[in-house]
Amino acid sequence: MDNGQLIGTPKELTKGEARVAMTPESATQLQKLGYRCAIQSGAGQLAGFSDADYEAAGVEVIKTAKGLWETADIVAKVREPESRELKYLAKGKTLISFFNPAGNEEGMEAAKASGANVIAMEMVPRISRAQKMDALSSMANIAGYRAVIEAGNNFGRFFTGQITAAGKVPPAKVMVVGAGVAGLAAIGASVSLGAITYAFDVRPEVAEQVESMGAEFVYLDFEEEQQDGAATGGYASVSSPEFREAQLAKFRELAPDVDIVITTALIPNREAPKLWLADMVAAMKTGSVIVDLAAERGGNVEGTVKDEKVVTENGVTIIGYTDFPSRMAAQSSTLYSTNIRHMMTDLTPEKDGQVNHNMEDDVIRGATVTFEGEITFPPPPPKIKAIAAQKKPEVKELTPEEKRAKEVADFKAATKQQITLLGVGAALMLVVGAFAPASFMQHFIVFVLSCFVGFQVIWNVSHSLHTPLMAVTNAISGIVILGAVLQIGSSSSLVVIMAAISVLIATINIVGGFLVTRRMLAMFEKS
Amino acid sequence: MTYGILTAAYISASVLFILSLGGLSNQEKAKRAVWYGIIGMGVAVLMTVFTYGGGSLGWLIPTILIGSVIGWYVAGRVQMTEMPQLVAALHSFVGLAAVFIGLNAELELQSVLAMDEATRDALTGFALKLAQKTSVEISILKVEVFLGIFIGAVTFTGSIVAFGKLAGKIDGKPIKLPGGHMWNAVSALSCLVLGIMFCNDAGIWTMVLVTIIAGFIGWHLIMGIGGADMPVVVSMLNSYSGWAASAIGFTLGNDLLIVTGALVGSSGAILSYIMCKAMNRHFVSVILGGFGGQTGPAMEVEGEMVAIDADGVVSALEEADSIIIIPGYGLAVAQAQQSVSELTKRLRAKGKEVRFAIHPVAGRLPGHMNVLLAEAKVPYDIVLEMDEINDDFPNTDVAIVIGSNDIVNPAAQDDPNSPIAGMPVLECWKAKQVFVSKRGQGTGYSGIENPLFYKENTRMFYGDAKASLDTLLQNIS
Repeated sequence: MDNGQLIGTPKELTKGEARVAMTPESATQLQKLGYRCAIQSGAGQLAGFSDADYEAAGVEVIKTAKGLWETADIVAKVREPESRELKYLAKGKTLISFFNPAGNEEGMEAAKASGANVIAMEMVPRISRAQKMDALSSMANIAGYRAVIEAGNNFGRFFTGQITAAGKVPPAKVMVVGAGVAGLAAIGASVSLGAITYAFDVRPEVAEQVESMGAEFVYLDFEEEQQDGAATGGYASVSSPEFREAQLAKFRELAPDVDIVITTALIPNREAPKLWLADMVAAMKTGSVIVDLAAERGGNVEGTVKDEKVVTENGVTIIGYTDFPSRMAAQSSTLYSTNIRHMMTDLTPEKDGQVNHNMEDDVIRGATVTFEGEITFPPPPPKIKAIAAQKKPEVKELTPEEKRAKEVADFKAATKQQITLLGVGAALMLVVGAFAPASFMQHFIVFVLSCFVGFQVIWNVSHSLHTPLMAVTNAISGIVILGAVLQIGSSSSLVVIMAAISVLIATINIVGGFLVTRRMLAMFEKS
Repeated sequence: MTYGILTAAYISASVLFILSLGGLSNQEKAKRAVWYGIIGMGVAVLMTVFTYGGGSLGWLIPTILIGSVIGWYVAGRVQMTEMPQLVAALHSFVGLAAVFIGLNAELELQSVLAMDEATRDALTGFALKLAQKTSVEISILKVEVFLGIFIGAVTFTGSIVAFGKLAGKIDGKPIKLPGGHMWNAVSALSCLVLGIMFCNDAGIWTMVLVTIIAGFIGWHLIMGIGGADMPVVVSMLNSYSGWAASAIGFTLGNDLLIVTGALVGSSGAILSYIMCKAMNRHFVSVILGGFGGQTGPAMEVEGEMVAIDADGVVSALEEADSIIIIPGYGLAVAQAQQSVSELTKRLRAKGKEVRFAIHPVAGRLPGHMNVLLAEAKVPYDIVLEMDEINDDFPNTDVAIVIGSNDIVNPAAQDDPNSPIAGMPVLECWKAKQVFVSKRGQGTGYSGIENPLFYKENTRMFYGDAKASLDTLLQNIS
């Protein structure tokens, strides 16, 4: 389609950033949505995609960033835009990028003033439908994997235990703090390299996931109702001081033993919590390695220097790089551009190459931080919770007031419905009662009550027993046999014959129905 | 035996029937509950026979005996996969009996009305009751007779057609006469006119005509409904057979018939409601046949179907920890329940978590899949309902779809223009890998393209369900 909007991807300005938000592969997919694609010359170079690759995929290569920003209707990039990029924003343009809306006031104001619509990739809600565009997860996955590789690069021994002719090598012990996506990826990589892997998380419900990856979950000896991650969209939140103490004590106990520590603990929109204190670093063996994936937000480890590798006095290496995904630019560009492509798919329900920025859509609404000159951050809580709750019947997703309001509204609606039904029913009864004789009314009462009882009883029948239910109701509907028995004494032979046939077939019904029900029920077995 | 004792017997029978239905709330209680029903029925029939049927034992004993033998034989022989057609066939009997009893009531009424005072005094049983009725009561009786016959006849032919479709003796596709629902409307209207004429003493021929026309309605109505909607149809007919019994109860002034009919009627109505809800469709649109109006072009499906052979499936199963199997009607058709049970057993023996996800309208009868799996000795506590298991798919390694199609169609959620948009479906595509066991590339009953088959994590395992499972079994020890 030639009249589709233009999606452009500029070269990342941040030093050392090798990722690119569009790959030739994703461009092909975007073109299927009706868009035209453009890329700044050399944008994909560091990730291993040449301009020629893009051209081959039908992407227009634009020389300068200025030219790109000015022609593109939609700009997709990786890092949060710098001030010179923000200047290019204008009404009618859409920017899709990481944006750090909570800590980027200048950017938010600039975007608001420009009237551009900004979609912040880190704000994509964590619901099942949005997983395919959850760039935080896809980047975290890479970071987790890369953290293990970096650690191995700086670690002087094998990961796996070996017994060789030249002596016995003990397996490395790896401790992963924070079992989010990055943590789990790190656990996976570490386990498959053969290390003994421990993992800790404040959310006890992830223990199962940790164990399923082959690591050992470190439990705290702590009596407090631990928080349910499902209530906070699957992210960790701040823990109580007592809990923190118990946690630090456990780490202190483990510190002399572990060779590699990978910390990934982040709380959304806050400084990273300090979890691995200076005394723990000091207690570790010479040659140990710490990879702090939270370095961007101040780090989980005391002594982390952002973007640097430092070696402490006792010979512990602390790695504070923040560009792990960028260090695997080919992989991360592929995943990130796919996230972007999925976002575009959701923004283009008609597949006509025109953005339909539907603010009613939970995912799009959640990720949009400025819209038509308004700041729309933070978003309202999403309507759907994606992550299964801990085994509690209720997830507290509403505030008490909202809950009460909802209950009252529900109750009112139900009352209204019931009163209407009862009113209509009563009116009907009155009409019937006014005309019908007493003998009929007696039977009618029985009939109405039975319907009522029937409705009450049947709702409780288990779904899996619906077939036996049909068979048994079938059997008892054979009760029409009584009618035939009453009539079979007639003097008219026609009546007698029809009654006899009725008795015969009703009996088949009764006997067949009950026996087959019994047969079915006898089959249900518990394991 | 006196009227009082008979009433007492009827009360206890009613209570036993209610207990019997209520007991179906779980598998263990249900085994006892069915005995309540049997005892209730026994009490009711015996007491009625002793009270009113004493003079006609010569007719009653042989018919009941023959009926019992046939019932026993049929119930013992039926395959669990044939359950839907058996239930449908049995419904038709109730309908037919209701028609006969209704006609009889009118015949008796006429003969009683023709009698003089002296003969009337000598009457017994049903005839005596008729003789005591006032003229208003007689007109009400006529309305009841009309209703009983009408509903009975619709149930009778409707059930026969449903039986034919389920048993594969009639083509499962919806078929309508040209003119469609006009036929039904005209027929229903003429039945109403005949009914009014009947109440004004036009004679029994009107009722015979009503029987024939209502029979036509039942036939035409169910012919117009496709195979996949059969769960609704069968439970609807179940409901009708109850209402017919209830109408007959009014005619005969028999409370037990009224109670039982109402119980069965409401049971069927609730089942139909549950089934409709599971398909996110209105009862009326199901009964009138065909899918609701399509509002726009369906979403285009991207990608292609990728086939896989048995070895591929086996190695994926060997590696998987958690497996969910989604059975559908195709499983029943292929009689593959034993094979799937064996597969489950072997996988469980290897320590894998195997569970079954049952959609409410899987199969051709409410709860059909549960019965099939129970027959093959799959423990019922690993057989879960849609709502219980739907959230677990993202944590599942392998989902196996066996012979189901629409109930796993992601278009219901993704494509607002899809005819099944909004229908709750099993979200099996969220599993890490999905295998679809299917006979060929064609669409399911509803003729809707299923984007599941084109997803990146889906592999098509073509072939008859039973044959496919058996090849898997050869490779999994």
